[in-house]
Amino acid sequence: MDATTKKNLQIIACKVRMGVIEGTYNAKSGHPGGSLSIADTLTYLYCNKLNADAADPENPDRDRFVLSKGHTAPALYSILAQKGYFPEEELKSLRHIGALLQGHPCINIPGVDMSSGSLGQGISAACGMALAGKLDNKKYKVYTILGDGEIEEGQVWEAAMFAAHYGLDNLVAIVDNNGLQIDGPITEVCSPEPITDKFLAFGWHVITMDAHDFDSIDKAFETAEKVKDQPVAIIQKSVKGKGVSFMENQVGWHGTAPNKEQYDQAMAELNAQLKELEG
Amino acid sequence: MADVIKKATRESYGEALRDLAEEYPELVVLDADLAAATKTGIFKKAYPDRFFDCGIAEANMMGVAAGLATCGKIPFASTFAMFAAGRAYEIVRNSIGYPHLNVKIGATHAGISVGEDGATHQCNEDIALMRTIPGMTVIVPADDVEAKAAVKAAIDFNGPVYMRFGRLAVPVINTNADYKFEIGKGIVLRDGTDVTIAATGLMVNEALQAAEILAADGISARVVNIHTIKPLDKELIAKCAEETGLIVTAEEHSVIGGLGSAVADAVTDSCPVPVIKIGVNDEFGHSGPAVDLLKEFGLSAENIAARTKAAMAYKK
Repeated sequence: MDATTKKNLQIIACKVRMGVIEGTYNAKSGHPGGSLSIADTLTYLYCNKLNADAADPENPDRDRFVLSKGHTAPALYSILAQKGYFPEEELKSLRHIGALLQGHPCINIPGVDMSSGSLGQGISAACGMALAGKLDNKKYKVYTILGDGEIEEGQVWEAAMFAAHYGLDNLVAIVDNNGLQIDGPITEVCSPEPITDKFLAFGWHVITMDAHDFDSIDKAFETAEKVKDQPVAIIQKSVKGKGVSFMENQVGWHGTAPNKEQYDQAMAELNAQLKELEG
Repeated sequence: MADVIKKATRESYGEALRDLAEEYPELVVLDADLAAATKTGIFKKAYPDRFFDCGIAEANMMGVAAGLATCGKIPFASTFAMFAAGRAYEIVRNSIGYPHLNVKIGATHAGISVGEDGATHQCNEDIALMRTIPGMTVIVPADDVEAKAAVKAAIDFNGPVYMRFGRLAVPVINTNADYKFEIGKGIVLRDGTDVTIAATGLMVNEALQAAEILAADGISARVVNIHTIKPLDKELIAKCAEETGLIVTAEEHSVIGGLGSAVADAVTDSCPVPVIKIGVNDEFGHSGPAVDLLKEFGLSAENIAARTKAAMAYKK
């Protein structure tokens, strides 16, 4: 990836993070930690990978994206706003009565391909979309992001079995391996490890990447595209709360919104990062 | 009654899918390792490329159906009622109901007439579960003719539909040339002035026979086939309440939350009259031949007639 592309992605990712903070602060609720850990991946997908256009959001040939870990909707909404699916101003009314942006993704929101939020369900819908693509000989790909805690849901493994059985090589499932879930570290709550071995055993092609390094992200998705006859799992090593110092690797920031003081500090940090990138 | 043709509505389901496949190229069928029992195997044999076995994984099957529907397919997700409405309830609610996707759920082996398999497979709660989901249409066909008409109507309707089919062969009763199926429209099968018996599924035939028994006792019973539990034909229910002053409901389902509850809700809103609910009481079933179980649990013409006769005393 060339330096200019990378810098542009870093700038947009920083803005996506600011949207996450803006949204959860104004909502006085929501899930900033896991939103920040997927900000770079979402930025890469929407700016560099997905064949999707805000001017034509229902195009049957578009690539699909399903946020299976639906609680991190602030990050999805933030990148969709950056891409022009709706005004950035909408982020400020996230979770409010009468607002466009619901607490979890809703299919009625422009750019949202599937309602999600009850964990383990998004990947099944993604399988259905991939199967439809195969049936219609369409070229589109389907991407979905799951949480590493989410894969404790049995339905995820039903879907994993299905995708491999039907050779859905147009499906890429990204597991956001930030290592933390609501009750604590995933290895202490009820460990889903070894994640890579599990997907391999289910017949998937598995790739690992650094979720905060665009070269690593680019390499992973380029590789995923070349895989034939198998679905692809990308296990992304990430940092929960990435980009806001006091939120990083803190389980408490899974589902807590920043107060005014924390909001100011987070925005100051992100503004400084943005200034450095743009400078 | 020896000359009455009998057929299980699950059989009608499989045949309808096969017969409509050519006309509707977007129709695809999913099953969860029960194709031989749900009769989607009939479709599979004719259209193997449009049939997808999901294995014994109903939760994922419902989600796959949702994903297919977002891409313009008309998926029929098929399994036993116990697993479609029970095991996969939350996926049906959140992945199909909430986004209001065009998924059709074909639930077979509903009710006590599953028979020998016993309580774990006798789903008497599915109507209650499905009708609480906003925007879900719930259809319970009475016989072969109605089951096939329901499948066609479900395809032509844009939105989620739950269809309830049975394992047991039941008499074909909708043999009138002018039979017409319309989602949400009840059918008056027999007119009467003293009481209305509103029935659904295999209880429609029992209700017709009950009306004969009651006629011999001088009671004029109207029989209404409520094939669509949701949206309920509230106008017809109100009219029957007003004109006959007493309603008896009959269903092969729990008396909690099914047709009886829906009818009671409706008359409370429009024209309050006594509603006598005949169905499976608040208990589990058990193993036995289907026909014997139906009798034992009071799902018979004789019991409908007896309960109706007794209920005449409640009339104002």
